[in-house]
Order: sequence, then structure tokens, then C-alpha cells
Amino acid sequence: MTMQPALIAENVDGAATLGDGKGRRPRGDRASRRPEKSSLSLTVVLFLSAITVIVPLYVTVSMAFKTQTQAVDGNAFSLPAPFSVEGFTTAWSLTDFPRAFIVSILITAGTVVGTIVLGAFASFAITRNWNHRLFRWSFFYLLAAMFLPFPVVALPQIQLTGLVGLDNPAGVTILHIMFQLSFSILLFTAFLRSIPAELEESARIDGATTWQTFWQLIFPLLAPMSATVGIFAFLASWNDFMMPSLITSDPSLQTLPVVQSIFQTQFSNNYNVSFASYLMAMAPAIIVYLFTQRWVMEGVTQGAVKG
Amino acid sequence: MTTTTARSTPLPASATHTKTAPPRRRRKVEGIYYLFLLPSLILFTLAITLPAVIGIFFSFTNSIGFGDWEFVGLINYVAMFSDPAILQSYLFTFGFAAVTVVVVNAIAFLLAVGLTARIRFKTGLRTIFVIPMVVSGIIIAYVFNFLFSNSLPVFGQTLGIGWLSESILASPDLAWIGIVIVTAWQAIPGTLLIYIAGLLSIPGEVYEAADLDGASKRQQLLRITVPLVSGYIFINVLLGFKNFLNAYDIIVGLTNGGPGTATRSIPMTIVTGFTGGDYAYQMANATIFFIIVIAVSALQLRITRGRNAI
Repeated sequence: MTMQPALIAENVDGAATLGDGKGRRPRGDRASRRPEKSSLSLTVVLFLSAITVIVPLYVTVSMAFKTQTQAVDGNAFSLPAPFSVEGFTTAWSLTDFPRAFIVSILITAGTVVGTIVLGAFASFAITRNWNHRLFRWSFFYLLAAMFLPFPVVALPQIQLTGLVGLDNPAGVTILHIMFQLSFSILLFTAFLRSIPAELEESARIDGATTWQTFWQLIFPLLAPMSATVGIFAFLASWNDFMMPSLITSDPSLQTLPVVQSIFQTQFSNNYNVSFASYLMAMAPAIIVYLFTQRWVMEGVTQGAVKG
Repeated sequence: MTTTTARSTPLPASATHTKTAPPRRRRKVEGIYYLFLLPSLILFTLAITLPAVIGIFFSFTNSIGFGDWEFVGLINYVAMFSDPAILQSYLFTFGFAAVTVVVVNAIAFLLAVGLTARIRFKTGLRTIFVIPMVVSGIIIAYVFNFLFSNSLPVFGQTLGIGWLSESILASPDLAWIGIVIVTAWQAIPGTLLIYIAGLLSIPGEVYEAADLDGASKRQQLLRITVPLVSGYIFINVLLGFKNFLNAYDIIVGLTNGGPGTATRSIPMTIVTGFTGGDYAYQMANATIFFIIVIAVSALQLRITRGRNAI
């Protein structure tokens, strides 16, 4: 599912209140009020709730390391005994993991770069020429994709991509970029409006062209926004199932989430293999998240996802 | 957050030009700006606008996706309203979206209250609670599919609970519950983060004053917290509803629309037009679906613009 922007933020830094809570303005958090100790019972309740998040992930990991005999015994919660990587090696060849992985990587990388560059380009042109009708209207035009879910245009897009030879990962990449563009333009324009015009003017006085000003001054300033935009583009693209499954016609060019369907049809009892395969497809997104959670969390409140 | 959302006339950084605006078009746009804008504009038009226009156009024809076709007026639209398959998918999708919105918002709100209160391991807990957001919907649906079909029935049999002894996904009456659970599992983090932002925007003094007045914690929650984050509640409800109407990946992974067509969502029905030979008919379906999504979005913009709460 494509991630859909939640809030249209004007004060881009406003969401920075999320994060880890260090060095912030006074918070709704009652922590500052009384010298009471933190609530142990509430902490326990929250840890118990967190189990609901952990269980499916734990099952995935433990099933993946079981032998096939142990995997079919029906107890999903037991620890692997003996510990086996047989599932991974079988999954590796059954799904042709390297190929699906490379297809996923290419689509995702293309989407991330395309979303950031095209979004920054368009946002720069729009904010600097707001007085001109074409640019002002383009802003609202490009934002309209937020109100147009993929299912609405899926059928004609399947048809058109087939017609022009884009029923492949390249076509999926372009569509992913287009569906991410609104969110990136929303964030970039909000940020660009807060950059004082004097900054650019001084660059121009020093003789920089608009092109140079963009790459040497504006684009580096956009870095924090680009991080948020890039991470959401990554997550949406890496995890998407619907679009690649419908657009790409050659099964050998399918992405990781799509190739998992073989375990629903042909190898439905090789649970250790299927879970090893699921784990290999999920892990990259979880790892990226663990390293970039600040931007993920801020991004949601600045106008993110779904997603 | 001090955002008002979607200000009607966003001001560029060069706001000074607007003030001296009258000779507006006299200032020429530097050519390179068109180069910056055009790639997005052209690609967007070809990839999104053109398909949307083509789709709406064909919804008035009898096209099967290729070959000859002719105009049939509103026949597709009229037929939709007496098609049990379509009606069932609308009933299912709206019912599912409504239930899920309530479940997701209730849980996310409570978790957000907990996660902004004085607790230990706050950062670690937040990290864990957000994980479901970054996991692929179809894959986690496969995982839950295994749990619902293989593990839960074992529990049910051991405990002697009749309806749990078989896979809930195999029951036309219960399968939707499985879909709600997995969708909620994945949608709670995003909703939760928005609520956390909302709760953090309430100044601590408000609660201090309430404490002085002797308000209980429960009263504070219902009389202060809930009204002050009502803007966030509206956003989360409408946004969630809109997202859940688009349910596809998770349903494919859990039931693939079954048993029978009991859990077939609107997007899944639309997509059958690709293989089912009723391309034009499903485009009419997509057009109606589009109008509904637009209506929900318009409501969302109206509310967020009307309130300064967010």
C-alpha cells in the first residue's frame, strides 16, 4: 500500500518533538511536574502489549531456523531444536533469492533517488516562482495524487505500461516515484519556504547560476527532508506487493514480496523454508528502520504514511 | 505542533514579491526553472493523469480491455447497483474499514497515552511499537495466515473452544476478523505516532491546573486530553478510513478474498477487470470508488482547515 501523507505540516520542525525526548520544550508528558517515580505498573502493561508486536516476528525467526520435521509439528512457538539453516538455503534457491533481491533493490533505489531528485527539483521551481500561475497550479496538480489511490488507476496503468513496454521493474519504479511525489513535494516546499531568500541572493551575487545554487546551496540544505522522503520512499517501494504483482508481466523479474506467493501454492508445507524466505524479505526494512527510526517517526507526523 | 494544515495560499520565501504584486507577470521566469519542473509534470501527467482519464473514458464503453468497443452510456454504472458481487465488496470494504478504524484508534490512543506518561524504557518501547509499520503487508499476512490456520486451531482444540478449533480464515463469518487483526497490527504505529505528537503538544501547565483543581486522572483524560487532541482524532479516523478502503495486500495474503468472495475488497474487485473480461465495467467501479475517496479526502481537508488544532 502506498503511504499516504497524514498531516500537512507548515512548521516542519514542529514534529521534531517526537524522537527520544531529549532537550525539548516543556512537554505534555507529566514527567516534569512531580518528582514521582515512573510508573512501574504502566511500564509492565506496555511491555505486555508489546508482546503482540513481537510474537509474529518471533514466530517468523524461530520457524525459519527449524528443521522441516519440527516445523510441521504445529507448535509455532517452540524454539528451534535442532537449530538449522536448511530453510534458508532451500529458500535461497527456490525463490531465486539473489535475482528477486536485486530486482527489489533496483526498484527501491530508483524510487528513492527519483523521488528525492524530482521532488526537490519541482519544489524548488514551485516555491521560487509562486507568483506564476503555471508553478502555483503545478503545486496543487502534483499534490492531487494524494487523493488518487493506485487501485483507481490500476487497470489503465496495467494496459498502458504493457503498451509502451514498461510492464517491467522500470515501469514499477516510475509509478512508485509518481505516487511518492506528492508527499515529497509537500515536505520540500514547506521547508524551502522557510529558507530566507537572502541566502540565495548572496550566492547569486557571488556569481552562482540557478543550477549551481540548487546543487551547492539548496540541495544540501534539504538533506534532513531528503532523509525523511527517502526513507518513506524506501519503505513504500520495498514493501509494495500490489503494484509490482500487477504491472510486471515477467515472473522472473518480480520483487521479493511478490515471489513469496510460491509458498501459498506449490510449497505450502515447507514451513521452515517459507518462513526463512519471509525473514530474508522482511529483514532489510526492519534493519533500515532500526538505524533511521528518528526520521521514520518524524516523517509520520510531518506528513507521512501506509500505509 | 503549530500547523494549520493546507493553508489556502501558501506563501513562498520570496513573499515580498506578492506584496508588490500587481505587475505580476512582468517578472520573467528564468528558463531553467521550467527544466526543474517539467520532468515531474510530464511524468505525472503520463503516469497518473492520462491513465485516470482513459479509465474514466472507458467506463462509458463496453470495452473488454482490447479490440473493438462502443459507447454504452451509463449502463455500466447502472448495472453496478444491482450486481451482488459489487454490492458485497462495498459492504465488506466499508464495514471492514469502519471496524478497523475504531479498533486502531482506540488501541493507538491508549498506547500513546501510555507512551507519553512517566514510564521506563520509553525509547525502547516506542522502537518496538513502530516496527509493524515497516514490515511488508503481504509477508506479515502470510505469517498471520500460518498462525490463524495452524497455531490457533491447536489452542482451540486443547481448550475445547468450538469456533477456534478450525481456522477462522476458512469461515465466511469469521475471516474478516483475521483481516481486521492484521490490518490493525500494521496500522497502529502510524496512528500512534500522530497521537503521540498530539499529546506532546498539550502544555504541561494544563494538567498542573487540573491537579490543583482536584481533577482525577480519569477526568483529566476525558475532559482535557481527549478534547485537546480532537483534531488529531479526526485526522487519524479519516486517514485510516481512506487507507483501509484500499485494502489489498493483507487480504491477498490472508484469504485472497475468500472463502468464496466473502472478504473481497473493492480494490480486489476492480483488479478482476484485468483478467475477467469486464474491463469497462470495473472502470466504472473504479470511478465510483475514486469519487468516494475524494469525498473522504475533501472532508479531511475541510476539517483540518477549519480547525487550528493541528
